[in-house]
Amino acid sequence: MTRHIQSPLLSMMVMAGLAQGIAAPAWAAGNAMPGMDHSQMQGMDHGQMQGMDSMQGMQSMEAPRTTSRTPIPELTAADRAAVYEDHGGHMMNDSALNSFFLINQLEWQDADEGSALSWDASGWIGDDIDRLWLRTEGERTNGKTEEAELQALWGHAISPWWDVVTGVRQDFKPDEPQTWAALGIQGMALYNFETQATAYLGENGQSAMRLEGDYDILLTNRLILQPTAEANFHGKNDPARAVGSGLSNTELGLRLRYEIRREFAPYIGVTWNRTYGNTADYTREEGDDRSEARLVLGMRMWF
Amino acid sequence: MQTKTSRRTFVKGLTAGGILGGLGLWRAPVWAVTGPGQPNALSGTDFDLFIGESPVNFTGHSRIAQTINGGIPGPLLRWREGDTVTLRVRNRLKDTTSIHWHGILLPANMDGVPGLSFKGIEPDGQYVYQFKVRQNGTYWYHSHSGFQEQSGVYGPLVIDAKEPEPFQYERDYVVMLTDWTDEDPADVIRKLKKQSDYYNYNKRTVGDFIDDVASKGWGAAVADRKMWAEMKMNPTDLADVSGATYTYLMNGQAPDMNWTGLFRPGERIRLRFINGSSMTYFDVRIPGLKMTVVASDGQYVNPVPVDEFRIAVAETYDVIIEPTEQAYTLFAQSMDRTGYARGTLATHAGLSAPVPPLDPRPLVTMDDMGMGGMDHGGMAGMGDMSGMDHGSMQGMDHGQMPAMDHSAMQDMQGMDQSEMSTMDQGDMPMMDHGAMPGMGDMPAHPASEQGNPLVDMQAMSVKPKLDDPGMGLRNNGRKVLTYADLRSTFPDPDGREPGRTIELHLTGHMEKFVWSFNGVKFSDAEPLLFKYGERLRIVLINDTMMTHPIHLHGMWSDLEDENGQFMVRKHTLDVPPGSRRSYRVTADALGRWAYHCHLLFHMEMGMFREIRVQE
Repeated sequence: MTRHIQSPLLSMMVMAGLAQGIAAPAWAAGNAMPGMDHSQMQGMDHGQMQGMDSMQGMQSMEAPRTTSRTPIPELTAADRAAVYEDHGGHMMNDSALNSFFLINQLEWQDADEGSALSWDASGWIGDDIDRLWLRTEGERTNGKTEEAELQALWGHAISPWWDVVTGVRQDFKPDEPQTWAALGIQGMALYNFETQATAYLGENGQSAMRLEGDYDILLTNRLILQPTAEANFHGKNDPARAVGSGLSNTELGLRLRYEIRREFAPYIGVTWNRTYGNTADYTREEGDDRSEARLVLGMRMWF
Repeated sequence: MQTKTSRRTFVKGLTAGGILGGLGLWRAPVWAVTGPGQPNALSGTDFDLFIGESPVNFTGHSRIAQTINGGIPGPLLRWREGDTVTLRVRNRLKDTTSIHWHGILLPANMDGVPGLSFKGIEPDGQYVYQFKVRQNGTYWYHSHSGFQEQSGVYGPLVIDAKEPEPFQYERDYVVMLTDWTDEDPADVIRKLKKQSDYYNYNKRTVGDFIDDVASKGWGAAVADRKMWAEMKMNPTDLADVSGATYTYLMNGQAPDMNWTGLFRPGERIRLRFINGSSMTYFDVRIPGLKMTVVASDGQYVNPVPVDEFRIAVAETYDVIIEPTEQAYTLFAQSMDRTGYARGTLATHAGLSAPVPPLDPRPLVTMDDMGMGGMDHGGMAGMGDMSGMDHGSMQGMDHGQMPAMDHSAMQDMQGMDQSEMSTMDQGDMPMMDHGAMPGMGDMPAHPASEQGNPLVDMQAMSVKPKLDDPGMGLRNNGRKVLTYADLRSTFPDPDGREPGRTIELHLTGHMEKFVWSFNGVKFSDAEPLLFKYGERLRIVLINDTMMTHPIHLHGMWSDLEDENGQFMVRKHTLDVPPGSRRSYRVTADALGRWAYHCHLLFHMEMGMFREIRVQE
């Protein structure tokens, strides 16, 4: 079996010869099967067509082997004793609890009435299918909390890209606290395009719907432009909280962040909020503009 | 060296940074390997190993690694075929540890997988491995506990042949390629679970889009972006963990430390390449030198002269080279082109040769992923195999095909449907290729993949791709090794036709960083059952966009060609995206064995099965 390699060329010739040697029986066999149209057979999936392999055994004009060329040893007591019988099993990390908390927006805003601090964060803890989701958003203007809400949702993956979420939402502001039941879906509609649609049923018979989306546009692998959009709908007027039925308000944002690390990215951006219908009327009654653009500076973080 | 746990003399004199001076093996006339330049080789039949912590510095920052006998890699173990070896492995870590002898045939309780072979080695504990060495060649060994392999618990293993080898050489070097991160590997996986593209800093940008519009036109550029956006995937996703955190090591040395192996002009050198990485495929070449591949995974192959080869994680390749110049660079670039391991072969210490630039980074194509030629919008209808042309099968004379083995099919019916659903004869994908030129086989997919939130894609058109050099290596002007070039020097060592087929799909979800077989993670899966003595066929279909090195413990994997004929015996098989590869296994090892993707984080996230070989 000793072969002295003298040159790559020789080796190549040896290889070529071997390749031919291997290929030849298969061709011969093909010719011996006049009934078969090989041009039609190429697509056969041999793994699923057991018989084809057996056929090749037949073709090589050699009785199929019933025993291994390399003898398979008779089992001994030692072989049996070597089998580890504790069925605690192998430990893996494939069912570990994981978590992700993203403060997508934590920012100072240059608002008409002064300066505002705004936040929007979400996160989860759980396994790959079921997760406890937390969402919070809110705003403080001139040191006073104008809006603040927290949602706690159970999310269940129903497809590779979509989760159903259900749980509660607690509003702390505006006005008196208000509790909602929440039901929605969230997921990735397109690569880098995260979306949420959530319906809420409030304790006083109010109903609401929120649609949210954000998309990452990579200017470079660290400089990322993120457009965001949010729209809120309500079932009926709630003058105390200055929301009207129908489409109440939209919030559009465009933020440019630089990922110093993935986890830590300062950003600059603009937002444009607008109220509609009855909500716009309430806004005007309060002496505010129905639309407002703001310059924002903030920090995106996750852990 | 400040080895916290070291009490042994054979590790003294090593430096903390590069731990090893080199793994060079002077081919001595007698079987002995100690000598200058190879302080960390151990030979004989009796070995003492300890797993502990050692300070290292590969990046300019000092870190604590987990090591075997204080070194990264651990000592080169040199066994002799036919000997019975005894290895006492002591644990000086705070956690349970283990050593698995990768690719070695041995009794089940010697395989070193906690929970399957034994209970593991407790802190301060010891386990004595003892078995007869029934093979020869180049292998490696590593921890099979948690992420210890990523932290440094690995080493090379060479078994000298009893019989003369089918090639000759005057000098012998191990070249072990690995990936090192200064991060805690548990943090790496935590990050991947939060953001799976965390380490990919080569994603396509707006600038790339503008370039594409300029070169391909608006329509093509938009169509391409739209297709990827709808798949929720990224064509730059070549590696989950990249040079953004990895430093690639050659024999435990970072690129600028320049591991060097010396030779005398005129010598033939055997290089034993081992990919001991956790997550990194390497493309290896020696500019200016042909390499003749003579063994893969420790098993002789008919010699193949090549310029370059891709080495999957856990594979080994032995090559013979005949250098004539003063110095050559050993260049091993990571498959995602984010870095390289590098060393030098030279006639004198201190010489070096130019280091080539990294090759351009490839993009994954729809063809690569087994989506080639498919109208994306039409995919929904493909599940019912409407493209099948049963008429084209009528030419078959069943009378002449007694081997259309229905008994084998009946065997399949008894099988767990969630595992092997594809024997449904109504689903047999005999597609009319006349009608669908250029396409591979459309695979049937197991029921457990359907509607599974943890399966983010299914290949629509798969081929063995044995003669494909792979992403980033095609048409690069160099002769690149492919699996189609590999032929064992021996015939099928079993020779029986497989009695049955087990088809498994490699599955996952990139964004969630979940990996599995047939959409079922290890912790949710039942063991696969083999009958002792049987010969069976495993068919793997890759339904992900990543390439996976699949390793079966305890038994060989005999790779088949497109026609189901034996090609080459291996212990680890690379299964690229969009491929369907089949191999034969003789279940000649009683007990419980690990079967898994050897990408460490894929394995740990669930691409792992227990195989039970029962009487």
